[in-house]
Amino acid sequence: MSYAKRILYVDLTTGKTEVKPLNMKLAKDYIGGIGLGMKLWLDHSKAGVDPFSPENPLIFITGPLTGTMAPSAGNSYAVVSKSPLTGGINESKAHGFFGPELKRAGYDAVIFTGKSEKLVYAWIDDDSVQLLDAEHLKGKSPAETDETIREEMGDFYIRVSAIGEAGEKLSRVGCLINDEFRAIGRGGMGAVMGSKNLKAVAVRGTNDVDVANLEEFTEFVRTIYERMKGPATRKYRTLGTPENVLVLNALAALPTRNFSQATFEGAEKVSGEYLNERYVKKIIGCATCGMRCDHIALVPEGEYKGTTSRVEFECLWSLGPLCGVDRLDAIIEAISLCNYYGIDGISAGVIVAFAMDLYENGIITKKDTDGMDLSFGNHEALVETIKRMGTRKGWLGDTLAEGTMKAAEKIGKGAEKYANHIKGMELPGYDLRTLKTAALGFSVSFRGACHLRSGAYSPDMKGKVDRFKIEKGRGKIVMDGEDLYNVVDSLILCKFSRGVMYDGLKDMANYYTLATGIEMTPEDLLKAGERINNLARVINIREGKGTREYDNLPWKIMNVPVPDEGVAKGVVVNQKEFDIGLDDYYSVRGWTKEGIPTPEKLKELGLNDLVSIVKKKIGSKK
Amino acid sequence: MPTIHEKKFVSGDPSKCIGCCVCEYACSMKHENTFNPTKSRIRAVRLNSFVNLAVACRLCEDPPCVAACPRDALSQSEENGIILVDEDKCNGCGWCVEACDYGAIQLHPEKKVVFTCDLCDGEPSCVEWCPEEALDFTTKDIISQKARISAVKKLFQEALKSEH
Repeated sequence: MSYAKRILYVDLTTGKTEVKPLNMKLAKDYIGGIGLGMKLWLDHSKAGVDPFSPENPLIFITGPLTGTMAPSAGNSYAVVSKSPLTGGINESKAHGFFGPELKRAGYDAVIFTGKSEKLVYAWIDDDSVQLLDAEHLKGKSPAETDETIREEMGDFYIRVSAIGEAGEKLSRVGCLINDEFRAIGRGGMGAVMGSKNLKAVAVRGTNDVDVANLEEFTEFVRTIYERMKGPATRKYRTLGTPENVLVLNALAALPTRNFSQATFEGAEKVSGEYLNERYVKKIIGCATCGMRCDHIALVPEGEYKGTTSRVEFECLWSLGPLCGVDRLDAIIEAISLCNYYGIDGISAGVIVAFAMDLYENGIITKKDTDGMDLSFGNHEALVETIKRMGTRKGWLGDTLAEGTMKAAEKIGKGAEKYANHIKGMELPGYDLRTLKTAALGFSVSFRGACHLRSGAYSPDMKGKVDRFKIEKGRGKIVMDGEDLYNVVDSLILCKFSRGVMYDGLKDMANYYTLATGIEMTPEDLLKAGERINNLARVINIREGKGTREYDNLPWKIMNVPVPDEGVAKGVVVNQKEFDIGLDDYYSVRGWTKEGIPTPEKLKELGLNDLVSIVKKKIGSKK
Repeated sequence: MPTIHEKKFVSGDPSKCIGCCVCEYACSMKHENTFNPTKSRIRAVRLNSFVNLAVACRLCEDPPCVAACPRDALSQSEENGIILVDEDKCNGCGWCVEACDYGAIQLHPEKKVVFTCDLCDGEPSCVEWCPEEALDFTTKDIISQKARISAVKKLFQEALKSEH
């Protein structure tokens, strides 16, 4: 049985800790990872809680397979809390080596509440849980924090998940990082941690992690390892996600210069092909993974010589084409700075591009940038701006650290038209004007603009639908994607390995049953996926959001037709088709026209205790 | 005593190893029916992204661990050179652990006696599972042969091409 069956509660105000058993019915209904995490968050919080308040629980949670040899599912963990960026529920996952250590320490989840008086780090050593002074760690990068803790504890094998200066200074895009390059990236979880004066979580675990049926589990894992060497993972093992640069560029779906264009003339210079040829030194991977996708780049010469980081498409895009920057060495430096300060790399690029767009349009000037020329393509300005964001230096750094939505509010003068976010979360690297199923999918995602909640860009890119329009039927595509990915993120399977689940939910249900000994069918899993989506939706509603008006698109996506010559010229998302899409999606979801889950739907999913929340909302909308 | 062609051990290739620890899980699964790296006889070390290696017992001639044991609890197998632990004699003092330059013999977290690689009855699990094929069940003679042949091939690339 691969759950630890224990939840650790840590009150940072009093320093008291407590261990309570994991409710096994909840474990089955919500699986683990983001599902169970969000359920636990809901049960331990009150409506309207301020994300930076001591009352906002910060939850570290593993999956049922974490700590086992299951490839990619064996190494994962997630963090769940209310986001200071979106004001709604947020979840973020990471792999690496931290998750299994937490499970071996004997915990499925750790729930932090309260706020420590002084900066501390949590030291979880099997049954011993302490809050230790972290003043000497203040301002250190997550990687430096990791190294320092391991050195002073004298144990090389301790695992650490930490925030950097950005999280300490409550930047709304502050993140956590473990194992050098693995980020709990999106939604400002680092800021929540900073608001609790919690610098890091260090963990060491010596307990066994067992599975219910070792022999069959091993055989199944062996099959998965073999599949991981095959075509399903080819992309990740060869060029990696940066392969997307030229693919999206060819589709006129590579947002450039803050979504001013949909193709980038410098695409070849920042392509996956060129990156691998010139910069990638080694491809490594996480614990128990058979795939290896970590493309580690090193800059060999020039002004950024010696800079190294793992490079994936999203950060390459946001700090490259989106900012008009065509120099990979500068992009790698920018990514490594995001690692250093602990900032969400995707949001960082979108925020800098936003600032560049404002600068080029005269909404901010050299006065605001302290003399810096913040034009598109200026890689020195890109690097400098990220440094200021990470340290909240100057008016510019301090304002941009709030994220595009709040920064635009602060700046005024029409800045919100340049802010490319949904619900406050910055857009990832897909031009929603030319990938319209993605436009629908991203708009309804419960954590804001997110490509990982539904993978709705996929049917567009694969040509399975007409990507230049939204029509009936897209709602179901988005819903199916969401429900599946909710399962994937609750088991916490790495999405890069999704292709090896040849039999989809059947394989996943098998994995779960063999590991935990709890009978799970593919239908149960799918229902859980739907349940988790409705749970997240209702949490957002409880927090005063979560309805149709929040499922929207950035101004440019709906008002600036794609200017690039070619097949996509003139394309934009119009209100009529967007409304058709939303209506279609809400209809297949069984929600009202306002996007509110109906009491019937909630009861069907066993969410009876949430009915009062929607009843109130539905009543107020009449 | 095993000959230089018979004495095989588990050797990691640092140019291939990525420090993923699958070997640790495979070992604890094989020997202890559970997943627990602290119970694995092979341990991976990731110093940074570029420097990784998994290390297991190297079957030294005249093993320092055997010499260091004050209770004669350790001996070396005549058959294949592995270190044998008499668990009744061993009291976990750790002198052997200090004597080993490679950290290849460890104290078991539960049993509190030492344990080290026993080559899994001739088919090492870690070698079987390593997704990078970075582990070899091989002899020191083969290792030096391979390096030698590879070096000569590099030196005479042009000449080798013109042979065909």
